[in-house]
Amino acid sequence: MSLPPESRTPDTGVIHNIGYRAYAGPRLGRSYATRSLFVQSLRAAYGLGRSGKSKVLPMLMLALPVLVAVIVVVVAIMRKSDQLSTDYPQFPSILALLVEIFLAAQAPVLLSRDLRNNTVPLYFSRPITRGDYVRAKFAAMVSAMMIVMGAPLVVLYLGSMLAGQNLGHNTGHFLIGLVTALLYALVYSSIGLLIAASTPRRGFGVASIMGVLVVSNIIAGIVYALSGGPHGGDITQSSDWAAVISPSMLVESFVNQVFTLATDTGAVRAPGAFGAVVFAVEIAVIIAGSYWLVDRRYRKI
Amino acid sequence: MSTVIKTDGLTKRFPRVTALDQLTVEVRPGVVGLVGSNGAGKSTLIKILLGLAPATAGTGEVLGLDIATEGPAIRELVGYMPEHDCLPPDVSATEFVVHMARMAGLPAAAARERTADTLRHVGLYEERYRPMGGYSTGMKQRVKLAQALVHDPKLVLLDEPTNGLDPVGRDDMLALIRRVYTDFGISVLVTTHLLGELERTCDHLVVIDGGRLLRSSSTASFTEATQLLAVEVTDHPDDLTLDADAAVRERLTAAGLSVRPDSSRVLLVDIRDDETYDIVRDTVADLGLGLVRLEQRRHRVAEIFTDEVPATDEVPAAEAAPTIDNNALTGGTADVTAS
Repeated sequence: MSLPPESRTPDTGVIHNIGYRAYAGPRLGRSYATRSLFVQSLRAAYGLGRSGKSKVLPMLMLALPVLVAVIVVVVAIMRKSDQLSTDYPQFPSILALLVEIFLAAQAPVLLSRDLRNNTVPLYFSRPITRGDYVRAKFAAMVSAMMIVMGAPLVVLYLGSMLAGQNLGHNTGHFLIGLVTALLYALVYSSIGLLIAASTPRRGFGVASIMGVLVVSNIIAGIVYALSGGPHGGDITQSSDWAAVISPSMLVESFVNQVFTLATDTGAVRAPGAFGAVVFAVEIAVIIAGSYWLVDRRYRKI
Repeated sequence: MSTVIKTDGLTKRFPRVTALDQLTVEVRPGVVGLVGSNGAGKSTLIKILLGLAPATAGTGEVLGLDIATEGPAIRELVGYMPEHDCLPPDVSATEFVVHMARMAGLPAAAARERTADTLRHVGLYEERYRPMGGYSTGMKQRVKLAQALVHDPKLVLLDEPTNGLDPVGRDDMLALIRRVYTDFGISVLVTTHLLGELERTCDHLVVIDGGRLLRSSSTASFTEATQLLAVEVTDHPDDLTLDADAAVRERLTAAGLSVRPDSSRVLLVDIRDDETYDIVRDTVADLGLGLVRLEQRRHRVAEIFTDEVPATDEVPAAEAAPTIDNNALTGGTADVTAS
């Protein structure tokens, strides 16, 4: 490519057929390919590398939580309050609907699209294995969700610094907030990808994911209200068991119990230490079970 | 490397069906046609060669690598073009092929450069920046070929690359496949159930049926067994009652030549030696007929298979269910048996 300057001819605008050139450079193999797939899938989750239309929804779902966080920060600074009006771990729960919409819209982008377009065999005819494919897609989905939920947390944290609030308290709760977001991301991604992997039809995937999350939430809410509803303080109530029905309530109540948060509000909490253990097991089963099922589904292709 | 693909007693059994049965075949560098009807085991063989499905029994090597244990290494050096559509419609060809190059292990910069090169070689220019949803079938096939070639493999497996193409697109694709070997130096295994197009493209043909090897030999040996002369004559200008074809056939047969009808008005004559041409010319002239066609023809690969298939299998089926399709298919066979 790099010709010595003296031999360079003036640009005549003619395209010369230089013939076929063999590739003698490095072939970076499986782990590089898996990483590339991860990056490509993460980009695809935000519509990058795809049409402009497909960027609208994910970018909106990313922008709205950040906007809410900015408002919270601005309000805190204006009122010179010593605490943000929203605690970090509760922020993902408050934004649950936006996060769910993001998941429902983008999980099928990662899996159903490849199934529908029959692109999957192209991947498996390359060095990566089926396990690598599933791993990269899971990692990409979890990361995409972490960005959606993590970005506003970062804004809140930086805002609290700006407002000169207590560093220790904010840092601690910011970290708990990140852990909460990670749990949400893992549970949501597992459910979303499991559904997306089962259908090549994107619209069906979107509707099913949204349906599962919203309906389970509604049922859990009804059961919760019927069996006693919200209650303050440390009292353990049977109504808290309703959270096992809904993935979002499951994570929320687990975090609230483990980190003894939101003790004064009517928020759901896992019923006692035993409840926390049961909830933890359920979270683990949802994540591991979904991963296993998706992995098994791709073994047959 | 003297052999590109080598299998020994390769067998693949599914619970209900045996897809490959004791397949032993050796393929040298070049363009190799894998021929078989639908369900003959072509796709299964490709899957096993890529190391994606384990063989029930037998062993195999691709580029000297063992298919059972060195699948990832094989897939790094082999390109695969699937039969079905596999292109996301909302992505441009460039974007897609770059991604596939990286999936094959090429660093980002090399992937971009090779993508530009490869798309140019398969004949995609300005349109490569547009989403692939708007491409014609021919363009899509080119992109599919490009993604199989982008990492400069040593061997490409092309599954039905001419599917859905019009005659011109088909010729272009076949010429391109030929170039993949002659210009790019990449060996090709191309599957098809259409024999006609392979004899022009392939150096070697492997024929499988029901998972078993029917034949593996050079294309030349399929087609050069005997030279044929196609002869077509006009009707007699005055004597309209004379069956010109029958008359010519009778005379030529009397002269000791083997003659059989091809299509409606064409006779195929086995060429014995140079004298055959003179005999045909003189015969036609003696009868006072016009000679419309006198051309040298090679045996077509397809004829070898129609000869191998027992005609009795097809004729009763056509009689029992005289649909248009069956009649069209068996028309030629019926002629042969009638003569």
